[in-house]
Amino acid sequence: MLSLSIDHVNAIVATCIRALPDEGCGLLLGTPDGSVVEVMASPNAARSSRVYEVDSRVLLQAYRRADDEGLLVIGVFHSHTHSEAYPSPTDVHQAPDPLWHYVLVSLRDATAVMRSYRIIDGIVSEEEVRR
Amino acid sequence: MTAKVRIPTVLRPALGGVTSLAVEGSTIGEILNRLTSDYPAIRGQLVNEDGTLHRFLNVYVNDDDVRYLGGVDAPVANDDEITLLPAVAGGFL
Repeated sequence: MLSLSIDHVNAIVATCIRALPDEGCGLLLGTPDGSVVEVMASPNAARSSRVYEVDSRVLLQAYRRADDEGLLVIGVFHSHTHSEAYPSPTDVHQAPDPLWHYVLVSLRDATAVMRSYRIIDGIVSEEEVRR
Repeated sequence: MTAKVRIPTVLRPALGGVTSLAVEGSTIGEILNRLTSDYPAIRGQLVNEDGTLHRFLNVYVNDDDVRYLGGVDAPVANDDEITLLPAVAGGFL
């Protein structure tokens, strides 16, 4: 289960909308029980509407800040601009951390859709998102 | 030169669970060579067969991404902190 506030949801969706036409992305800092404490937006280093990569400086900052604040990097969010909020085969292949929460935002339709997944040994399972 | 190498969570099981290691070397390439000769199981996650940095590995010397410092040729000074972090990426490639 992923827990996050409406402010966190707004920060995630706003980051993804601002990144258009590219995919947007960022990292989630929080606690091992899946509670998000902070959303760190990142530029999409891939600058693409098809792929994303968290900026390497933001990635280092996120780990440093997590260490300083007694938190963990617990997941990542990114948008799909023209498809549903479900991990693509590449997302699955490049999802190395079974402890992470993989949040997908679809901007395909007029209303943004956000879902969260665990990806363990290549198996995708959707999880509850609680606000 | 001895640098402190911070090990990312995903590589820790292959390294007996350690969070950091002291590794000798004067460039990033030397540090990674030492690390992969001590722990061959992680070689494929750090470098390509030609010795260049793996596309999906970020390596930092202190605060700087080594891609902007010469890659495997980036110099390492005594007591530098090297951080290894797998890239976070995905999409419809």
